Amino acid sequence: MNNDLRNGATVLAALGISKEVSSPEGPLTILSDVTFSIQSGESVAVVGPSGAGKSTLLALLAGLDLPTSGHVELNGHNLGKLDEDGRARVRAESVGFVFQSFHLVPSLNALENIMLPLELAGAGDPRAASLAIIEQVGLSERFKHYPAQLSGGEKQRVAIARAFALEPAVLFADEPTGNLDSRTGSNIMKLMFELNQESSTTLVLVTHDLSLAERCDRVLTLEGGRLVSDSKAGS
Amino acid sequence: MKAITFALRSFGREIRSGEVIVLLAAVALAVGVLTAVGFLTDRIGKAVARQANEVLAADLRLRSQEPVPESWQDAAAQYNLQTARTQTFPSVVFAGELSALATIKAVSDAYPLRGAVRVSDTLFGEQRTVDNVPPRGEVWADGAFLARVNADVGDTVQLGESELRVSAVLTYRPDQSVGFASLAPSLLVNIADIPATKLIGDGSRVQYALLVAGRDDDVDEFYAAVEDDLPDAIRVSDREDGSERAYRAADRAQRFLSLTAVISVLLSAVAVAMSARRFAHRRMDTVALMKSLGATQGFVITVAIVQLVLLGALGVLIGSAVGYAAEETLAWVLADIIAADLPPVGLMPVVLASGSALVLLVGFALPSLLQLRNTPPLRILRHDMMPPAPSRLLVAGLSVLAVAALLYRAVSDPWMLVILLAGIVVIAAALYVVGRLLVASMGRFRSGVGVAWRYGLANVARRGRASAIQVVAFGLGLTMLLLLTIVRTDLLQGWSKTLDEDAPNHFMINIQPHELDSVGGIFEAAGIERPEFVPMVRARMSTINGEDVKTRSYPDPGGEWMANREANLSFAANLSSTNEVIDGEWWPPDYDGPPLVSVEEEAALETGIGIGDKLVFKVAGQDIELTIASIRRVNWDSFQPNFFMVLSPGALDNMPTTYISALKLPQEQKSVLVSLVRKHPSISVIDIDAILQQVRGIIDKASLAVQAVFVFTLAAGIAVLFAAVQATIDERRFESAMLRALGAPRRTVFAGVMTEFGALGLAAGVLASAGASILAAIVAVQLFELPYSFNPWLWVSGIAAGVVLVCASGFVAARGAVNSPPVDVLRAA
Ligand SMILES: Nc1ncnc2c1ncn2[C@@H]1O[C@H](COP(=O)(O)OP(=O)(O)OP(=O)(O)O)[C@@H](O)[C@H]1O
Ligand SMILES: [Mg+2]
Repeated sequence: MNNDLRNGATVLAALGISKEVSSPEGPLTILSDVTFSIQSGESVAVVGPSGAGKSTLLALLAGLDLPTSGHVELNGHNLGKLDEDGRARVRAESVGFVFQSFHLVPSLNALENIMLPLELAGAGDPRAASLAIIEQVGLSERFKHYPAQLSGGEKQRVAIARAFALEPAVLFADEPTGNLDSRTGSNIMKLMFELNQESSTTLVLVTHDLSLAERCDRVLTLEGGRLVSDSKAGS
Repeated sequence: MKAITFALRSFGREIRSGEVIVLLAAVALAVGVLTAVGFLTDRIGKAVARQANEVLAADLRLRSQEPVPESWQDAAAQYNLQTARTQTFPSVVFAGELSALATIKAVSDAYPLRGAVRVSDTLFGEQRTVDNVPPRGEVWADGAFLARVNADVGDTVQLGESELRVSAVLTYRPDQSVGFASLAPSLLVNIADIPATKLIGDGSRVQYALLVAGRDDDVDEFYAAVEDDLPDAIRVSDREDGSERAYRAADRAQRFLSLTAVISVLLSAVAVAMSARRFAHRRMDTVALMKSLGATQGFVITVAIVQLVLLGALGVLIGSAVGYAAEETLAWVLADIIAADLPPVGLMPVVLASGSALVLLVGFALPSLLQLRNTPPLRILRHDMMPPAPSRLLVAGLSVLAVAALLYRAVSDPWMLVILLAGIVVIAAALYVVGRLLVASMGRFRSGVGVAWRYGLANVARRGRASAIQVVAFGLGLTMLLLLTIVRTDLLQGWSKTLDEDAPNHFMINIQPHELDSVGGIFEAAGIERPEFVPMVRARMSTINGEDVKTRSYPDPGGEWMANREANLSFAANLSSTNEVIDGEWWPPDYDGPPLVSVEEEAALETGIGIGDKLVFKVAGQDIELTIASIRRVNWDSFQPNFFMVLSPGALDNMPTTYISALKLPQEQKSVLVSLVRKHPSISVIDIDAILQQVRGIIDKASLAVQAVFVFTLAAGIAVLFAAVQATIDERRFESAMLRALGAPRRTVFAGVMTEFGALGLAAGVLASAGASILAAIVAVQLFELPYSFNPWLWVSGIAAGVVLVCASGFVAARGAVNSPPVDVLRAA
């Protein structure tokens, strides 16, 4: 694929990561010894049954949490060596998110939600940049509306615009269509893939939807906290 | 920098979205209440103090046996102070054939600087206030003098080598003493007439005084400047040396106002803390999101602090506006009692309010906001992830420091401050512990009636820590309000006795036993009830349980003074209605055993004596041994003749006894006194109408002040309840939407919420009643020297107030949540 042509540099790598949490019945392993690496520009789907540890893996990859053992390298940084603020800086630089439950700030309108990461990164003209991207997601008419006034699909568009606003190196998406009907869901995915192409972002997508997974370059399958298969799409 | 611009930019949005409104309102209210209460306590306190200053006829009095040098008067003038001079000395004054010893008070034009002189045109006639002093060549003599020398207005009296015309009857001067010490009648003359009398020469006993008055600051500055240079011969008095009773009322009012200020500080602090908790809680999701988008802890903290500062500034602005408005309104309402020449309010309250707001925010809002910094970014995926609770040490430390800083203004006595703080910490901790226990035990009643009940109680139990914190906030608020209510009621009740219109307004003293019938007869002939005569015998204590009173040690210096001074003993068969036996027993009316004595409570305490102790008094050269049979509490505010020592009947038989009497005479019956003093010139009649009016004036003002401040504090207390309820309303909003989506009728949801608030209110009411009972006992006795009695109604009203107030604020706050269509809530974000 053309992505492979562009570069082969590793942008994200999981090296033997495990995650244990303590539970009333003693320690519980929710991820064990997961290793893989993702090249820049790749789109990767993470699939698996509910409770397999997909969201946990995503949190570790994005540095929202730390693994019990092993380490994660994100855009050249060993996340395990950084403190919380260091990891936050890495995220500000190179990570975007789209969540299943949109996570817009209720007190900010659509435009302001999109401006948020730009402002956090101290970008030049957050307003202009946001207005440009909100047009790309087709919501220019509604940029003054607050989240409560938007439908689920509209909210997710805002979330996507927000994720792409900074042109991140890696975009994490945790079941971005999970809360939407299939029609809206596929529209949202179309939008995401389009933007992904345009900005040549690396995409890590957690999903239940196998047809969606197949549109990615690669599919990682988790089961019971283990990586059971890593296959190139179409193979 | 980035964080600051971000904070500034998003603050506007937060204001617009209403996120910060509750916290802002709490800060503004705190500032408003602090400003207004500060203003009231300050202004009214000063007004009351000024009234009390009347007893000096000035704010400050410099007194000496030598003329007070001109230089001090000049110094006072430099501080923009008014001055007046007085000379006081005893002299025999002649009127025709007759003469009497009188106290001559010679005064300069500006006298009196505080209060006013009152005169009448005939003996015991209608009084009027005058604003001048006797013109040269004239004298104003009091009724006792005129009676003794059988003179009247218009007659001429001989003072030294001068002849002066009596132009009015002197009925009141502010600095006349109330006690029995100054029995000599007095004459007011113009100081310019004194040299001509040639009365003042070597060896004459003259008290010279320079009176000083003006703005409080000026007086203080003047006093501070001259204090060290004043020679020993000059004694300075301020109002605290003045009239005991007037001062006591003013002092208690001051203390109440300080207490109220303290309580409003605490209430505002609780309100700010509660709304900051809510604010922080609401922002947690946003912070988690911002962190997942790459915000650092430093960024989060800077944003929080900048917003806190902005919030503080805005709160100060709104709060001072509210405070000023309240000040203006109150100043207008209370115009009568707030002296016009008090210093204007100025910008000081704003400075103080800003300081207070800052301290409140740092002490009570900062910990919650600091906690935000530690919000795990993982919360974005797992909604139940919470930041670790802020360190208890930090929370406690900051809030104690903040309260100390705020209270220092009101209390200013470091030792008192420490006690207060310790008390507050103990109460809050006790409330929290008991609150948790109560909350935990509520879970047990879950299986009771109906789904609403179960849902409500389950909520209380589930939010264990949060519920306990709410109980503490409610409980603290209620405790303070109950405490204030109790103290206020006690205070006002105590005062109302003094305000009693039937309080006696005349004292007759020095009545000889053989005059009793004749005096009684004079009153009866005029159609007035025969007054009650109380016997009085002068004595000196010589031993206590065989120990010499001079060498004995006393628990209190007051006791030493009490034991060594000349005492007035009385005897009675029946207990006076203004007395109450608090220990031991009163003797039967027909008692004729060995002599017993009943001692006044405080005298017994300070002297260190109790039931069964033996006292020996020397009366007219004879020793009388007395056994203490009872301890009495005396209502000194009653203006009835009362004694520290009351003996059993017969104990003082055949001792030199005189009688005193207190009676109430309306203006139209006062003429009877003319015939009384004409027939019995040795009896002194003291007209205390004017003094009563003075005391009443102080008490009226003090009561009004107490009420006004009370209303303000009540408002702050109710605000606390609202803030505490608001703190949880978001969660409730979501839950009730969910329950309704599940098909629960609104009534059921509402009943559930009300059950929850009812349970919280009940717990808070129980705690507050207990807290207020204990505190009231301490405060009443220690701070106000009022007797404390346990009041079961306190519990009834405390618990009722808890349930009603908490439910009412819950009702108002929850109504919106329950009534909004569930879809609105579930759709949000
Ligand atoms: N902090 C934690 N404490 C206890 N258990 C946890 C914790 N975090 C995750 N788990 C458990 O680990 C398992 C994996 O959770 P995770 O959210 O990663 O699953 P998932 O694959 O994303 O599932 P789904 O498809 O339903 O979203 C689950 O069983 C979850 O209950
Ligand atoms: Mg998941």
